[in-house]
Amino acid sequence: MAIHLDSKSPTGPIEDRWTNHRFSSKLVNPANRRKHSIIIVGTGLGGASAAASLGEMGYHVKSFFIHDSPRRAHSIAAQGGINAAKNYKNDGDSIYRLFYETIKGGDYRARESNVYRLAETSVRIIDHCVALGVPFAREYGGLLDTRSFGGTQVSRTFYARGQTGQQLLIGAYQAMMRQVSDGNVDMYPRREMVELVIIDGHARGIVVRNLATGELETHHADAVVLATGGYGNVFYLSTNAKASNASAIWRAHKKGALIANPCYTQIHPTCIPVSGDHQSKLTLMSESLRNDGRCWTPKNLGDTRPPSQIPENERDYYLERRYPSFGNLVPRDVASRAAKLECDNGHGVGPSKLAVYLDFADSIKRLGEDKIREKYGNLFQMYEKIAGENPYKTPMRIYPAVHYTMGGLWVDYNLQSTIPGLHVLGEANFSDHGANRLGASALMQGLADGYFVIPTTLTNYIGGTTLSKVTTDHPAFKEALASAKARTSKLLGIKGNKTVDQFHKQLGHIMWDHCGMGRNKEGLQKALKEIPKIREEFWQNVAITGHGEGLNQELEKAGRVADFIELGETMCLDALTREESCGGHFREEHQTPDNEAKRDDKNFAHVAAWEYKGDGKKPERHVEKLEFEYCHPTQRSYK
Amino acid sequence: MKSKSSNTHMTLHLKVWRQKGPHAEGKLCDYELEGVNPDMSFLEMLDILNQKLILKGEEPVAFEHDCREGICGSCSMVIDGNPHGPQKSTTACQLHMRHYRDGQTIVIEPFRAKAFPVMKDLVVDRSAFDRVIQSGGYISVNTGSSPDGNALPIAKEKADLAFDAATCIGCGACVAACRNGAAMLFVSAKVSQLALLPQGQAERSERVAKMVYQMDAEDFGACTNMGSCAGACPKDISLENIARLNREFMRSMVSGRKSYPRGDGANEGSPA
Repeated sequence: MAIHLDSKSPTGPIEDRWTNHRFSSKLVNPANRRKHSIIIVGTGLGGASAAASLGEMGYHVKSFFIHDSPRRAHSIAAQGGINAAKNYKNDGDSIYRLFYETIKGGDYRARESNVYRLAETSVRIIDHCVALGVPFAREYGGLLDTRSFGGTQVSRTFYARGQTGQQLLIGAYQAMMRQVSDGNVDMYPRREMVELVIIDGHARGIVVRNLATGELETHHADAVVLATGGYGNVFYLSTNAKASNASAIWRAHKKGALIANPCYTQIHPTCIPVSGDHQSKLTLMSESLRNDGRCWTPKNLGDTRPPSQIPENERDYYLERRYPSFGNLVPRDVASRAAKLECDNGHGVGPSKLAVYLDFADSIKRLGEDKIREKYGNLFQMYEKIAGENPYKTPMRIYPAVHYTMGGLWVDYNLQSTIPGLHVLGEANFSDHGANRLGASALMQGLADGYFVIPTTLTNYIGGTTLSKVTTDHPAFKEALASAKARTSKLLGIKGNKTVDQFHKQLGHIMWDHCGMGRNKEGLQKALKEIPKIREEFWQNVAITGHGEGLNQELEKAGRVADFIELGETMCLDALTREESCGGHFREEHQTPDNEAKRDDKNFAHVAAWEYKGDGKKPERHVEKLEFEYCHPTQRSYK
Repeated sequence: MKSKSSNTHMTLHLKVWRQKGPHAEGKLCDYELEGVNPDMSFLEMLDILNQKLILKGEEPVAFEHDCREGICGSCSMVIDGNPHGPQKSTTACQLHMRHYRDGQTIVIEPFRAKAFPVMKDLVVDRSAFDRVIQSGGYISVNTGSSPDGNALPIAKEKADLAFDAATCIGCGACVAACRNGAAMLFVSAKVSQLALLPQGQAERSERVAKMVYQMDAEDFGACTNMGSCAGACPKDISLENIARLNREFMRSMVSGRKSYPRGDGANEGSPA
């Protein structure tokens, strides 16, 4: 079957598109909404806000999540802030500017209509969150405070100390809990989606494993929404939470949903460096720190003096030197590559030499330690606990780490995947950030999708689709259940002698070395040879203790790592095929003389979406051409 | 307590609570663990133990964890008698092994409280917290109906106080630290946050009553007035919030016009 990727982007003036689209969307009578059930998987910002909004509208929502409580989802860990084009600072911001900067920041690899809608919706998100009781930072006059973030020269980032994600998620969680109490949302905690069920071409249900009892359950609905986050844990070490996984989107992919731009990975420039082989995850230090911290390395090679003994004229403030107009606030991809280049050239610091300094001495001198503590206190505390050094006295040591995945399931303007009825929100989809996400835009997208976009577009789907009545007795459910059961027994039956973590680390090393900050043809081809070997060994030699009944954390991890191995292969294939550099995808063969990413708009101004063709078979690449009517692609410059 | 980090590896004696399931009997099991690096986090130390157990064909220790950044609230273990361990303002995931010495014995148990039944090893069921929030820990506003974010100024001091209460991560250490297994600190943090903000005023009276009733219905105990909750709180939620909760509850009982059903279904009207 030939696949045509129709973005369903509205046409006409960009500022009217969403308004017109909402008007032309189908509606569902309030009295009829209760008769329609919607499955939502995941309770991060996208999933929780969608559950709240759809519940408020009167739909019957069933919410599934792997944690004990919706509030544990990894959106909770977002630190820095959320963008909104409010222009409260009177510094020249506008919806159009946020739109333009997001397209530019994404290196001209995102869809204009989606991004404009995101910028347009941003202002309403702040209003709604304030109404929900989110305690944003305020100025002395009682009004909302903002700060700057990378890739922009206006101050549009709303924040709640260094815990913005926590506060926004708790806001959405509480809104969702209200709907639970009103009977509109049913919660299914400790459930992991293991299969998507498709009937007559439409997504109609899921199979989940109850992680507490081990039981496999089937659930049907009129539509399925995946809001299950990103897949950065392919790399083993990332800033993602340990349970963050790609299994829901990957199982949907195997049932026919295309995965778009899987190679677009965001490597965040400011994370606490790796301390040893025991490292289980990496910790981010918010981008907001670059407002007051200055990145530098010693000018002299092999300078091992403590930072305090290196005089000013022997320090290289390399971001300020290379990018005088944006300085320390260049976008993430640019800052990460610059840090890597410093270390590759031998200027790295700390025991591993894989770190640069982020120094607050000047800001502390200018603003005082108290002001810095008020702004970043929790981050400094976290740094001290992990690194064992006091960042008020000694500069932080930081190094880039995998943080966010711009790729994800392909969706159209309605956030619907290539499977009718299957909608995808937030980081799990590919839609808004192109090849590089700007800081403070992930929270914005999660909430835009959940609070404001999906209530319209899912209603349009339900209102415009005639669905037959199905129950979980349908053969498609039986089949999916049997396949889930077979997979679990297969995993448990292997009884090999290598742990799940050992396989995961092995995969992570290959991915970081060959599909990380710098990629080249030779490395990617090597990775594509190595990964299938890991996959083969995994299915013959993985050691999983215990049984399928009851809580079994190794079995959970094994299922996720099996999917990461397959996804990793598709990521490398995507990276190999995209013969250009753009945003977070840096092909070493394609760079300018001063080491900046060199795009190839003639051949690659498109979305690459991969179709699953069977186990071990090469997936098929499909293309959605990107049109730029408003933001004309130019070489990105932050100099 | 704080010692310099070094590269010398340590050997630790662990006593870990092992319990096969919710209805099984549990016991402390002894493990000797070599090769502990002082830069490891406490959970990374348990990872190493688990890897060794799996390779020996034994079941690893089940424990809850996720973000490992001290914000998701998943960790739920009692280390040497202290929820989240000996360090003040620190979740178990942020505790590092540089604070231990070679040869030390460490006892690791699950959070213990009537309202938090053990599911397996160190994993407990904290769904009671969700039900307390469902009973009223929110502001009833539908998406789409909000005024401009700056329509209602909030004095910075008040916003900051609300924020201090809102930093609660819902881990339950307060309950585990309390000899009565009370959830006063958790409930008071949410009641305070919403009572301090102008957006929370409309439901202020009703909210506190409903949440307190639900708290009682979930088998959380009564406040001991001893403050061990605040001492164990990894986010430094202040005892002042409990004072505010009591005040809010009294205010609600005096001014409230309605009686609220108890969480267990019995409508008993205003409590004495």
